[in-house]
Parts: sequence; structure tokens; C-alpha cells
Amino acid sequence: MIEIRDVTRAYGTFKALDAASLSIGEGEFFSLLGPSGCGKTTLLRMIAGFDNPTSGSILVDGQPMDGIPANRRPTNMVFQSYAIFPHLNVEQNVAYGLKRRNLEAAEEKRRVEEALAQVSLSGLGKRRATELSGGQRQRVALARALVMRPKVLLLDEPLSALDKKLREQMQVELRHLQQTVGITFVLVTHDQYEALAMSDRIAVMFGGRIAQVAAPKEIYQKPVNRQVADFLGGMNFVKADLVEEEAQAIVVDTAGFGRIRTEKPAAYRSDGGNATLGIRPERLRVLWDDETASHEVAGRVIDRHYFGEITHLIVEVPGFEKPLSVTETNSFGADDIPVGAPIRLAYDPDALVALAD
Amino acid sequence: MTAVAERIAEIGTLRSRHKSWMRSESAQGLALISPTLIFAMVMLVVPILVVIAHSFWTQNYLTIDRTFTLEQYRIALTEPIYRDLLLRSLWISLVVSAATVILAYPIAYFISFHGGRHKSLWLFLITIPFWTSYLLRVMSWKVVLGFNGVLNSALLGMGIISEPSPAFLYNTTAVVITLAHAWAAFAILPIFVSLEKVDRTLIEAATDLGDNPLRSFLRVTLPLSIPGVVSAILIVMIPTVGDFITPKMVGGKDGVMIATAIQAQFGKGANWPLGAALSVATMIVVSAMAGATVLLLRGMARLAR
Repeated sequence: MIEIRDVTRAYGTFKALDAASLSIGEGEFFSLLGPSGCGKTTLLRMIAGFDNPTSGSILVDGQPMDGIPANRRPTNMVFQSYAIFPHLNVEQNVAYGLKRRNLEAAEEKRRVEEALAQVSLSGLGKRRATELSGGQRQRVALARALVMRPKVLLLDEPLSALDKKLREQMQVELRHLQQTVGITFVLVTHDQYEALAMSDRIAVMFGGRIAQVAAPKEIYQKPVNRQVADFLGGMNFVKADLVEEEAQAIVVDTAGFGRIRTEKPAAYRSDGGNATLGIRPERLRVLWDDETASHEVAGRVIDRHYFGEITHLIVEVPGFEKPLSVTETNSFGADDIPVGAPIRLAYDPDALVALAD
Repeated sequence: MTAVAERIAEIGTLRSRHKSWMRSESAQGLALISPTLIFAMVMLVVPILVVIAHSFWTQNYLTIDRTFTLEQYRIALTEPIYRDLLLRSLWISLVVSAATVILAYPIAYFISFHGGRHKSLWLFLITIPFWTSYLLRVMSWKVVLGFNGVLNSALLGMGIISEPSPAFLYNTTAVVITLAHAWAAFAILPIFVSLEKVDRTLIEAATDLGDNPLRSFLRVTLPLSIPGVVSAILIVMIPTVGDFITPKMVGGKDGVMIATAIQAQFGKGANWPLGAALSVATMIVVSAMAGATVLLLRGMARLAR
């Protein structure tokens, strides 16, 4: 549905986007994830037509978009600030784009009501834009774009202004809505949980470059490099010595985990004998009493952070240059483990992933 | 016994209520603005009251007869000369404010949307004409529009006319041109301010929904800048109705406005009550016209959606 071919956007010598290539399928919920300034919004605005690539080309539905202004593109956008027209009421806002299509009054009214129903705003059509709550404004922005029946819906951090509870609710609703209408959604976000929860696929971006494109689970479990691993949540980095490099795998020695054979990431480049492994905090499991595991390490709790449903334990393990961070659900009393207590941790060697730098 | 106690308690609450008002924010606010408030009352409200009072009296040579009468209003509103002058003044001020706003809007739009980093420089440049006195600015229009003026010389030089035309000066058009120029900055500023307040994302949203630049201007930018246009019109219209210097300097016989007649009554005519009645009548008519214009513009903005 969308082809991004070698797109660069330069401002003077600064490249906001550097030779990005991407292919987004029809009906896909695709997220552009990255920290602020990574070029994700620039890319979205270029798809919408508010900005033009310095080089490279963008195709939507097979049509090259070069020179086509934003008002003639088959895309619609939900703006971060929602951009609700303050001089119009909800109905007029939603009908704004339809006016140009010369629909019959009855048909226009039907489509506006359908769009309002899709975002659960039926009956609020006569409200003025200034009388709406943040969540309602967001829904109006969504309805106003959906009513146009675009080929692609672009969402620029649509949930960032909402509070946590509402945001989580809207994540579910947005995902559900996308599956109902079947339109390709491209979402820009800096919230990794949002991207993981909603997307079919995610592109993680840093400094104008696309670091990795994959499904949420793969991005989370097999990040290609340290940056991606770090951005998508907690990660324990472990230094390792390279023993053997094969086509698909590498074998390394670590001080704490011993010899590990693991999949070689695509971006991996051998730089002499060093390698970095990573393991997510929740992949380390606390061993209680005399429970044993085939792979375990022993250490001492040096700090504990309570988060309600989970507890973060910081565990010092001899042989590791840095303490390990462990996430444990509180069902078994991890929140009661005293600081200073000796502890044993089980791990699965497959959860250790090799990371490019 | 209890009744007395209640009474005492009541007085207590009254006293504390009085005290709390003295300490309240509104009382403090009033105290804070009282010097300017008193000044404004003395310099603005009192003269108006004096004028209104005079308009109900009559004058006999040098003595004022203070018996209440509506005679002056009858003269002011029915004598053809005053009626014509008032209508002409209203017409001129209407044309001037329309012309000024139409000319000011693109300038304000340019500064707001394309001024870039130099917005304050542009605004500063607009105020430069105010560094000279208004009289000099009117005089320079005489130089431009006069029989041997810049405009005539230029047209002669280009061979468009064969002899100097007297048509540019001493008429209504000259008054309109001069006033429109004089009030331009006062129209640009409020329009600029309201354009600055238009969220640029809204224009992007309109574009995203299929509007070309002209349509998004008509459907979003213009309706949202109407408050600025309304204040610009009011700022220009209200003072120009009563303008005295401009018609006197460049208006000639055709450009005479109501202020000239009012001045004559307070001066040579020695009929203060008639002058006062003309003033009050003008004030009321101008207020009505300003109100009507505001309503009309709001209605048009609503239709534009």
C-alpha cells in the first residue's frame, strides 16, 4: 500500500531522514517508533504531503506521490493536537472534507452519523468543539479522517495527550476500529508499549535511520542492536568473548552465563573478540527454597523497587560487571524478598540474544 | 435575652461582612485602578454629560436658555444640510473602513504567514509614518494629489493625460484615500493579532481534508480572523465619522463632513446646543452603524462555513 524508496529529507547538512526504505502492506497496522527527533514524524508528514523528500520517492497504492499536494492524496491524518476546527460543531467538523465531494445532503448526514457511531460519539453532533473533553476531541479527529474513507490513515502520536487509563482504552478501541474498517493505519509514537500493543509491524527509528522492521514480538525478543533493545524496555547487557562465528549463529563465552550459542543478528559485525548479549529482566526467574533449574546463577539482592503488580529486583551476581535487573510478578511474594538476601535466578539460554552495537 | 444576643451576633456578622468586603480582591482591584478610573470619569464621562445636557437647551446670542427642549434634535435630523452631512460622513467612514480593511488584510496576512523571523521588523516599519505629525501626512497627500502634484506630473510624464487634472484633490475620493492611508496601521495590527492566533495545524487539517489553499483560507483562516477584522472596522469607522482635519484639508467643497458643521456651531455659528445635538445624534448613529456592521460580518462568517 505504501512504498518508501530511499527517502532522504535534509535540512541543510542535517538529515532528518536518511535513505529510509519501507514497505507497508494493505490493511496493516504499522507503527513508526522512536525517540523524539528520530525522523518518524518527518516521514509521516511526507506520506501525508506536508513535506517533500529531498531525494527518493513515496508511492501510495502504486501511485508515485511526487508533486501531488496534500489535498489530493488518498491519505488522511489524525493530528497530535487533533486540530479540531474551533468555529464548527462536531458534525460540521466531521463533514468538513465531505463538502467538496458534492454528496446529497441525506447521504452526507448518513456518513457523518456512521463515522460518529464508529468512534462512539453518536448524539454529540451538535456539541461545539470547545465543549469537548480531550478524549472526545481525539474521537472527533478520528471520525473526521475516517469519514473520508482514505486508503491510508496517518496518526501522529494521537494518544500522547490522554491520561494513562484513557490511553490504554483508546489503544484497544483503535486496534478494534482498524480491524473493522480494514484501512491501512500508520501510527507514529514514542511509546513502545503503545506500539507493541497495537501494531502488526513496527519500524524502530533512530537518528533518521530505520533500525529494525518486524512484528512486535520479534522486535521485543530479538532486537537487532543495543539501541533497539534498550528503547523497547529493560535489558540486561552482558559482555561476552567470541569463540566461534558461523553463518547463522555465534558461540560466545560469558563470565556469568558460561558458553552460549545464539542466533546471529543480521546487523552483526565481528569486531575482534567482543560481543554483547542481552536478556530481558522478566526472562530471569527467582528460584524459591530448594527449587533448581538446569541453568541458574546465584547472587544477592542489592535493591528492590515495588510497582504494584510486579517488583524490580537488582541482583548482584559475581562474575557480572553490572548487577542484573530482574522483574518478578508479585504473586509469589517477590515484594517480600529483603534487600541483602541471597538469591538464585533461573534463565533460559535461548532468551539470551546477541546484539549488534 | 436571646433576641438581644441574636441581634448582637447579627451586627457582628454585618461588621465582619463589611470588613471582609474591604479586604476582598474586588475592593483591592477597585482601589488599585481608582486614580485612572477617577481620571477617566472626569475627562470622559463628565464632558459627554455636558454635551448631552447642552443638546436639550437653546442659545440666545451669548446666553444659554436651560429649559428642556427637543428643538435642536428636530433641526439636526430634519434640516437637509445636516442630514446630508451626516449621511455623507457615515458613507465616507464606511467606505474608508472597508477600503482600509481590504488593503490591511493582505499586509497583515503576509506579515503573519510569511514574515518569518522579521515579524517585529515589519510591524515596526508599519509604525514609521506615525513618527511625523498627522497634519504633515495630510499635507503630503495634498502634494501627491494636487494640481501640480506628484500624481499629475507622473501621468503627464507618461503621456496618459495631456494637461494636469484637478480631479484628484478637494473631493470625497481624496478624503477616502487620505483617511485609508492614515488608519492603515490601526487596521493591520488587530488583523495581524487575530491571524497570529490561528493554529497553523488547522490549515494543515483543512488541506488534509481536501481543501486547496484558497478554500482553506475561506473556510478556516478567514472565519477565525473575523474578530480582528471586526475590531479593525470599528477602530477605523468610529473616529473617521467625526474626523475634522482631513475633510478640511483635502475635502474641498464636496468632502465636507459633519464635524465641520459641528465645529461651526461651537465657533462662528455660536449655537452650542445645536452643535451638541449634532454631536449626540452622530454618536448614536455611529454606534448603531458599528453594531450593524459587526452583526453583518458575523452573519457572513457563519454563512461562509
